[in-house]
Amino acid sequence: MQFSESWLRSIVNPPLSSEALAHLLTMAGLEVEGLSAVAPAFDRVVVAQVLTKDKHPDADRLNVLTVDAGQGEALTIVCGAQNVTAGMKAPCALVGARLPGSDIEKPMEIKQAKVRGVASFGMMCSAKELGLAEQSDGLMVLDADAPVGQSIRTHFDLDDHLITLKLTPNRSDCLSLYGIAREVAALTGAPLQPLPQVSFKPAKDINCKVKVTASAACPRYTGRVISGLNAKATTPAWMAQRLERCGLRSISALVDVTNYVMLELGQPLHAFDLAKLHGGIEVRFARDGESLKLLNQQEIVLQDDMLVIADTRHPVALAGVMGGADSAVDETTSGIFLESAFFVPGVIAGKSRRLGFGSDSSYRFERGVDFFATQSALDRATQLILDICGGQAGAVTDICGELPARNSVKLRTSRVHRVLGISIDAGAIAQILSRLGMIFQRQGEDFSVTPPSYRFDIAIEEDLIEEVARVHGYEKITPPPSQATMSILPQAEAQRPLVKLRQALVLRDYQETINYAFVEAGWERDLCGNVAPIALKNPIASQMSVMRSSLLGGLLGGLRANLARKQARVRLFEAGGCFAAEAGDYVQHERIAGLAYGAAMPEQWGLVARDVDFYDVKGDVEALFFPRLLNFEAAPHPASHPGRSARIRLDGREIGWIGELHPQWQHQYGLAQTAVWFEVDMGALAESGVPKVTNISRFPAVRRDLAVIVDARVTVQSLLLAMLAENVPHVVELALFDLYCGKGVELGKKSLAFRVLLQDTRKTLTDSEIDQSVAHLLAVLQKQGAQLRM
Amino acid sequence: MQELQQILDQAMQQFALIGDEAELEQVKARYLGKDGSLTALLKGLGKLSAEERPAAGARINQVKQNIEAALQQRRDELQQNKLAQRLAAESLDVTLPGRGLGTGGLHPVTRALERIEKLFHSIGFAVAEGPDIETDFYNFTALNIPEDHPARAMHDTFYIDEQHVLRTHTSPIQIRYMQAHLEKYRHMETMPDIRIIAPGRVYRVDSDATHSPMFHQVEGLWIGERVSFADLKGVIADFLQNYFETADMQVRFRPSFFPFTEPSAEIDMSWKDGWLEIGGCGMVHPNVLKHVGIDSEKYIGFAFGMGVERLAMLRYGVNDLRLFFENDLQFLKQFA
Repeated sequence: MQFSESWLRSIVNPPLSSEALAHLLTMAGLEVEGLSAVAPAFDRVVVAQVLTKDKHPDADRLNVLTVDAGQGEALTIVCGAQNVTAGMKAPCALVGARLPGSDIEKPMEIKQAKVRGVASFGMMCSAKELGLAEQSDGLMVLDADAPVGQSIRTHFDLDDHLITLKLTPNRSDCLSLYGIAREVAALTGAPLQPLPQVSFKPAKDINCKVKVTASAACPRYTGRVISGLNAKATTPAWMAQRLERCGLRSISALVDVTNYVMLELGQPLHAFDLAKLHGGIEVRFARDGESLKLLNQQEIVLQDDMLVIADTRHPVALAGVMGGADSAVDETTSGIFLESAFFVPGVIAGKSRRLGFGSDSSYRFERGVDFFATQSALDRATQLILDICGGQAGAVTDICGELPARNSVKLRTSRVHRVLGISIDAGAIAQILSRLGMIFQRQGEDFSVTPPSYRFDIAIEEDLIEEVARVHGYEKITPPPSQATMSILPQAEAQRPLVKLRQALVLRDYQETINYAFVEAGWERDLCGNVAPIALKNPIASQMSVMRSSLLGGLLGGLRANLARKQARVRLFEAGGCFAAEAGDYVQHERIAGLAYGAAMPEQWGLVARDVDFYDVKGDVEALFFPRLLNFEAAPHPASHPGRSARIRLDGREIGWIGELHPQWQHQYGLAQTAVWFEVDMGALAESGVPKVTNISRFPAVRRDLAVIVDARVTVQSLLLAMLAENVPHVVELALFDLYCGKGVELGKKSLAFRVLLQDTRKTLTDSEIDQSVAHLLAVLQKQGAQLRM
Repeated sequence: MQELQQILDQAMQQFALIGDEAELEQVKARYLGKDGSLTALLKGLGKLSAEERPAAGARINQVKQNIEAALQQRRDELQQNKLAQRLAAESLDVTLPGRGLGTGGLHPVTRALERIEKLFHSIGFAVAEGPDIETDFYNFTALNIPEDHPARAMHDTFYIDEQHVLRTHTSPIQIRYMQAHLEKYRHMETMPDIRIIAPGRVYRVDSDATHSPMFHQVEGLWIGERVSFADLKGVIADFLQNYFETADMQVRFRPSFFPFTEPSAEIDMSWKDGWLEIGGCGMVHPNVLKHVGIDSEKYIGFAFGMGVERLAMLRYGVNDLRLFFENDLQFLKQFA
C-alpha cells in the first residue's frame, strides 16, 4: 500500500523525521518497502504572474517578460517558452534558486544574467525543469487562483514523501490512512486527529429498498441515497493529489470520493446510479445461469458461491469485488445509492483469484474490514459528495445481522514473560493494550482483552503477546544467557555419514551436482524403463514434468551441458531422492549416483591416456563401500549396454546398478564416447559397521600363486566364491592378480593368476601344510573346469 | 731425514693428482706396499745403532701415519666427488606436475549446508529429514495454513494429486519430528527438548532470475519447557555471526506474519550498508503444537527457516541463483 506521508501527518504527527517514521513502521511489522520524495530538491521557486510580454529585440524565439513574483517589484525575465502569455501564472525560479538539473549531485543555480543583451532576473520554469515531469511542453501553467509569491513547494505540497508498505495479510486494519495513523499513535503516543465532523441533515423520505437475503455472508449492509447531485463537478485538487500520491488516478468526483474514503478509512464503498436500479436492492448469492458485465468490461458467468448485489431483475455488482457496468455512475448521474457494507472475508476470499483479477475493494474485504465503521465511512463520503457535487442525502439504511464475534482473550503477564523471555510488568502491558485500542479488564497480573472491531488477527493469547512484543519493541528483547540442558547428541558409529560418502567421491575425482527432482518423461522411459512415472499436475515446463525414479537422467543432462561447453572429461555425482509409487503411496529412496566420461585420468605427462571403463568405475564403487564387500552379477538394465551391466548386491540384497551406457542412448543423447554410471542405495552405503578386531598372527604369512586356464565365460567371482566356500585351512587372503588372453592361451580361454596368502596364528606353517591347502584350492578350481597352467 | 720429507711431499702430490680410487690404491703400494719406499726405509732401520734406532723409527712411523691419513682423506674426497656426480645426474625437475587422479568438489549448496549443520550441531541440534512429496496435511493443515490461504493456490504449489504436493517449505519436517518425538517419550512425564534442524529441497511454481522451482531451506525447531523468543534471537544471532565469521554482525528481528508462528519475525542481518532479509522465524503457534498433541501450555518453542542458496550466495559471492542448477563445471570447480 502506497500513501502520502503528509496525508498521514495530517492525522497523526509524531516528532520524527521521515526516515525515523519509516523505521518505526518497519520495526512494528508494517514493513516500509519504499520511501521517496514526491519531488526532487529545489528552492526559491515561487508562484508568479506574467504581467507583460514583449519580443526580445535581438532574438526571435525569446520574449522579455515582466513578472510579479511577490517580490515587491516586478522582475524582468527573458523567457523562451512558447506557451507564455501575459496574465498567466507559472513557477518562477528567483535569482539564487537551485534547480534539480540533470545531475542530482550538482544542482543548477539561477543567477542574474544577460540573455542576448537583456538582463534577466530569474527563470520561468516548466514542470520538467522542476523535476516534476519526465517531459513537458512549455511553462507549467498554474491555476488562476494560485497565490503569487507562494513557494511552489508549499503550493503543491512537494516536501511530501511517498511511503510504500508491504503489509502482511493479518494487518488489514492498516490498509488505510486512519489505520496506519492509529498504529503510529499507539507506537509513539502522538495524538490522533478525530474524523472530520459531518454537518448534513438527511431527508427521511429519500431512500431505497434494501433486502439482505445472504445475511451470513453480509452481516452488515449500510447505504443511503443521495439525490439531485451534479456528477460533472470537478474533484478538488487536494483530493486528486492525495489520490494520485496513493497510486490512484482521478476519474470523476463520485468515484474519487469513494476511493478517497476507502483510502482514508479502509472501508470500500460503491456508488450505484440510482436511475439504473430497478425496484431496490437485494444482497444474495448468484443463481445458476446469471451473468454480469463488470466495470472493467469483463463479462463473467456467475457461480452460486458468488455473492452479488442485485436489483429486482438481475445482479448489478459482484459484492465486495467490483460493480457492474450497467449500474455504474457517469457524467449524467443525478442520484446514487451509496453502499458501505461488511462482507465476510471467507465469502470474498478466493473469488478474485478465480476470476483472474482483483480490486482494492476485494483486497480489503478478503482480509477483513471494520464492521463497526460502515456508517461513519458512509457519512464521511456523503459529506464529501454533498460538498463537491451538491445534492440531498437520504436516510441511512443499516441492516445488521450477526457480526463477527469479538471474544475476550485471556492474557497472563507470566505467560508474556515465559514466551518472550523478558520481564515486562503488568502496568506496562496495560498501557500497550490501551494504546492499541484494546478493551480489557485487569485481574491482578492478568487481563481479559477484547480486540477492537478492526482487528481480525487477535484470537488467542499468543496474538496478544505478539502485540505486546511489537509495541514494546522486538529490538528491546535481548538474548539471555542460555539455560539449555546439556546433553550429548547420539552418534551411530555403525553409520557412515553422508558427509563422508560425498567426500569419498570427491577424492576420487567426482564433482557433486544438484539436479531438479522433476525431469523429462523421456528420461524415465529410456533410462529406467519407467512408463508410468509420478507426474506433476502443474509442471512448470514439459522437461520438468515427472518425478525422477533415478538420478541418472540428471547426471546425463549435466554431462551433456558440460560437453556443450567443451569439457572433454566429466565425472559427476549426485546424492538425492528418487521417487516411486508403491502400494498406493509415494516413497522416496535416497541414492548416490555417479557418471564418468572421457579419459580415465586427467591428461598428464608420463601416463598413457586411456578412456574410463567399467572397471575404473567399479573400483570407485568398491572404494565407496570399503571395507564391505560387494557382489556384482551380470544383469540387464534399460540404461546400460546389455553385456556391460551389473546388479550390485550387498549381503544378498540388491542395492544398486553399474553399467556402461547403452550405445543406443549414447547415440540418442549425442555422446561421442560412452559413459559409465552407477547408482547405489544410500541406506546400504551408510551401514559401515563398528570394527571388531581379531587376533593378529605373529607368524609370517606365506604367498603362493595359482595360475589356471579357464573358459573365457567363467567369471572370476564364481571361482573366488567357490574357493572361499571351502574354508580351506590357513588361507587368509585370496585375490586375482593377473588376467591374460592372447598369444599362448587358446582362443576362448583365459589365463587367471590368483594370489593366495596362508598363515596360522599359533605356528609357522610347514611346507606340507601349505602344499595341502594349495592343492585343495586347485582341486576346487579344477572342479570349475580350470586347468593348472604349466 | 731429507729423504723422508721428500717421500712425504711426493706422496701428497701424487695423491692429489689421482682422480680414480683404483689408481690411488696402486700408488699407495709404491709407499706402503711390500716394495714401497717407506717399507724399504723401515727395513733399513736394522742397520742403525741401538741409540739411533728408536728416534729414526719414530720419524718413519710419523711419516707413514701422515701418508696414511692423506690417503684416507683422498679416498673420502674421491667418494664424495663420485656421490656428487651421481646426485647431479639424478636431479629431477621438481616443478613437473604430480601424477594421478584429480580431485572433485562439493556443490556450493552442499558446502553451505554441511557448514550450517556443523554449526547447529555444535549447540546440540540434530538433523531431521522428511519426504519431498508431502501430504496436504503436513505441508499445510498441520501448520495452521487454512484452506483458502494463497499458498495453497495452484500457482504457488506443485501438485501431484488431490492430497499430495511437493513440499513448499521444510516446515512439515517439524510436524513429523514432533509426532515421532512425542511417541518416543510418551512414557515420560516430561519429554526431553526437541532441538533439530531440518534441511532439504523445497519446491515452488516460480522460475526466473531470482527464483528457482526447486531450492533448499533449512528449518530449525526447539521445543521445551523453557524456550523463549529471546532465546530464538540469541540462537539466530549466534548462528549468523558464526556462519559469516563476523562477530560484529548485527541481527534484527522485525514483526511479521506466518500462520505457523506467533509471535513471528523476519530476520534481518546487517550487510554492507543496510539490512538484508535472511529468513523468517517465530514462536511455534499453539495450534501447530495442538495438532501434534503437544500441550502448548507446558511446552513452548521456536521455529525458524532460512534459504540455503541465499546463505551460499552471500558467503561465496555468487550473484546469480541459476548458476546453482546449471551444472557448469567451471562454476562448480570453484568450491572444491
